[in-house]
Amino acid sequence: MSLTAAVTRRLFSTPPVAASPFPYNPGSLLSAQHLTLEELSHILTRATALENQEPLERARTLAKRRVALLFYESSTRTRTSFELAAKSLGADTALVSSLSSSIEKGESLKDTGLTLRALGAEAIILRHNSSGAPWLLEEATRLPVLNAGDGMHDHPTQALLDLRTILAHLRPGVEAVNAETLAGVTVSITGDIFHSRVARSNMLLLPRLGARVILCGPPALLPELAAQAGPGITVERDFKAALSQSQVVMMLRIQAERLAGLQLDLEEYKSGYQLTGPRLAALAPTAVVLHPGPIIRGLEITAGVADGPQSAILEQVTNGVAIRMAVVERALTAAPQGGRA
Amino acid sequence: MTALVIRGGYLIDPAAGVDGPKDILLKDGRVAEIAGPGKLKAINGAEVLDATGLTVAPGLIDMHVHLREPGQGYKETIATGTAAAAAGGFTSVAAMPNTTPVNDSPEITRWMQAPERGAIIRVFPVAAATRGSKGETINDYAALKAAGAVAVSDDGLPILKDNVMREALTAAARAGLTVIQHAEDTRQTRTPNWTASMNAGPVSFRLGLRGMSDEAESAIVERDIRLVGELRESRAHLHVAHISTAAALNAVRQARRNGLRVTCEVAPHHFLLTDEHVGLYDTNAKMCPPLRSAADRDAMIEAILDGVVDAIATDHAPHAVHEKEVEFERAPNGIIGLETALGLSLRWLHTEWKLPLGRVLSLMSAQPAALLGMKGRGTLAVGSFADVVVFDPKAEWTYDTHKGKSKSRNTPFDGWTMQGKVRWTISEGRIAYDAEKA
Repeated sequence: MSLTAAVTRRLFSTPPVAASPFPYNPGSLLSAQHLTLEELSHILTRATALENQEPLERARTLAKRRVALLFYESSTRTRTSFELAAKSLGADTALVSSLSSSIEKGESLKDTGLTLRALGAEAIILRHNSSGAPWLLEEATRLPVLNAGDGMHDHPTQALLDLRTILAHLRPGVEAVNAETLAGVTVSITGDIFHSRVARSNMLLLPRLGARVILCGPPALLPELAAQAGPGITVERDFKAALSQSQVVMMLRIQAERLAGLQLDLEEYKSGYQLTGPRLAALAPTAVVLHPGPIIRGLEITAGVADGPQSAILEQVTNGVAIRMAVVERALTAAPQGGRA
Repeated sequence: MTALVIRGGYLIDPAAGVDGPKDILLKDGRVAEIAGPGKLKAINGAEVLDATGLTVAPGLIDMHVHLREPGQGYKETIATGTAAAAAGGFTSVAAMPNTTPVNDSPEITRWMQAPERGAIIRVFPVAAATRGSKGETINDYAALKAAGAVAVSDDGLPILKDNVMREALTAAARAGLTVIQHAEDTRQTRTPNWTASMNAGPVSFRLGLRGMSDEAESAIVERDIRLVGELRESRAHLHVAHISTAAALNAVRQARRNGLRVTCEVAPHHFLLTDEHVGLYDTNAKMCPPLRSAADRDAMIEAILDGVVDAIATDHAPHAVHEKEVEFERAPNGIIGLETALGLSLRWLHTEWKLPLGRVLSLMSAQPAALLGMKGRGTLAVGSFADVVVFDPKAEWTYDTHKGKSKSRNTPFDGWTMQGKVRWTISEGRIAYDAEKA
C-alpha cells in the first residue's frame, strides 16, 4: 500500500481488547510483567531476608504446607532450586514429571492440576513446553501458580534472579527498585533469542527499571520485530558492537531441541557470536557475564570465560534459591483479592 | 402446506430493489404475493405474523460453515448446527467437507441432505475438491454437483500443487462449480515439529508462539489468481475463503480490475478483532486463518465498505469445551459464529461504520446466493423460495453462548452487545425459529 493510502486510511472505532482477568490468584507469579515495581522490590527484599535467616527458624515459615512441582520438561537448576527453596521454608514438596505420571497416558494439564489440588497442593510450580500453559493451569485450578518456564514465552524467576545478580554487581545493597534503578545500564542478550523465554522475560523486565536492552544474534535466531516487543529494546547484529556497549553480557544457549528445521552453521555462529576471552577483554573488560544455563562450553561461550573472573554464572544459580524462596513464600501468604490485570 | 402472511413489516430485498413497507404472502414454500400494507389479496386461512416495527428480508445465507457431520457429532450435528443457523436468521448454509470421513463422494453429499439429519433449514454441501482433501486427485465434480454439491473445496487445507489447482479450476468451471480455496501455504505454517498457532508479528513474538505470516495467505491467493488468469477462457471461478490479510485482499482487488472471476468472503471475527484479542492465550481467539494485525483488520472493513468483499461468512467451527481447554498451541482452530453474525454485522458494519442495511443484508444473502448459484434464494421476489428472516434491526441484546443452540460454546464474543434481534426465521415457508418459542 502506498504512503498516501496509509495517510488517508479511514480510522475506525473498533472493539477494545478486554482487560486481562489474570492473575486469578494473588500468590501466582505467571510473568514478571504482572508484578508492580513495589511487588518486585518486596520480593527482592524478602529474598535477602530469607537467605539470611537462621535455617530452623526459616523452616517454620511454611511448615508442612504443600507445594507441587509439575514438570513437563527436563530441568536441573530450576527444579532443584524451587525444591530446595520450598523445603528450606518448611514446605512439603511433591514432584510430578511428565515421564513418570498419568500425563504419559494422556491426562490433560487441566485434569492434572485439578488432581494435584485434590491431593492437597496449595501451590503449583509449573515447567511446561507450551507457551501460556501456566495461564491455563491457573484459570483451571485458581491456585497460586508459579511459572518455572513456559515454552518460548516466559521464565519470571529467572528474570528475577538475573536482576538480583545484576543489582549485586552494579547497584550493591539496592533492593527497593524503581524506574531509574538501572538507568545508564546496558544489558546485551546474545544468542538464540527467538526460542528463549529467558530473553523475553529479561527484555521486558529490565527496561522497566531504566536499563537498555540490546538483543544480538543472526536473523535466523533473532527476528527484527523483536525490537517491537517493548520499550528500551534494540536489535544489533554485530556482537562486537553489542559487547562494547554492555555493562552486563548475557549469553544464551542454542536451543537445538527447538530449532526444528532451521539450518544453522555452528562454526559460522561461533566465529560471529561466541563469547571468548579476547573479545571480552577487548570490548567489555569490566562487564558482568551472565548465562541462564545450561551452558554449552565451546559453543556460545568458552570455558575460560565461563570460569573466569567476570563470570557470575554460579552466583545466578545461588541467587535462584533466594528468589524462589521469596516467591514460594509469596505464593502461600499473599492476601486474597480479586483478579486484576 | 399452510400459507403464511407477514404483515406490517418493512421489506428490504436488495436483489429485487425493494425497500419499503410491504406485506408478504408465503404459500407452498414460495413467495406468492407482495403488496403494500393491507393490500394482500388471497390470504384466507393463512397464519398471520405481525411484523409491525420489524424488518423483513431474504433469509440469510452462510456460505462457510462446519456442521461436523458425518463423524464429529460431539462437536455439532446437522440438526444442532441448523438450529443455531435458524436462530441467527440463516435459511441456507454451505457445509464444508472436512468431516470424518471427508465429504468427497456423492453418497456423503446426499447423506448430509437426507431428511433423517433433521436439518431445519437448507443445507448445501460443499464437496471436497480432491480425494480425501489430500490435494492430489480431483474428484468427479459433475457427479458431486448432481448429488447437490454447490462448490468444491479442501477447506481446512489448501490445494497446494499448481497442477492440481489448475485441474480443479478447469474441472469445476466445466461442471459449473466454484473452487473455494483455503489460502494457507502450509509449507510455511506447518512443520513436523510445530504448527503456527497465531498471526506472525510483535504479539506472537511476545507470547512466544509460532506465527503465520500474511505472506503464507497472499502467496496462495496470488498463485491462484495467476492460474485463473491463465484459464480465462474457461471462465474459472475462484472464491477465496475467509480472507484475512490486506495483502491477499489487494491481490483480489487487482484481479477483479483485470476482469477475472475472483471473489472472497470475510468472517466477522476478521473485520472485528486483531491478534491483540488473543490476550493471554485465549483459545476462543484461535482460528485459521488467525486474527491478524490492526492494519489487516482495517483493510477488511475498508474492503467491505468498498465492495471488494462479496460475502460475510462465519466459518462456524464448533469444538467441544474439553478440546479448547488445552494449551494454546494444542487447541483446535475455529470458533462458532452462526448466532452472532447478524448481531455483530448490524452493530458494527451498519451502525458503527455506516454500511447501509441493504448492503449488509446483501452480503449475507443475495451475494452468497449468486456466488453459489442458488437459484430462487437470496431474494423475496414473487416465485422465490419462502426463505425469510424477520428481525428488529434496532434491538440490542447481550449474547450468552451458554444459551445458544449450537452444541459448542467456543466464541470470543460471549457477553458482547449485539444489535438486531431475530424474531422469526422461515425456511421454505415453515417457521424454523420463533424467538418467543425458543
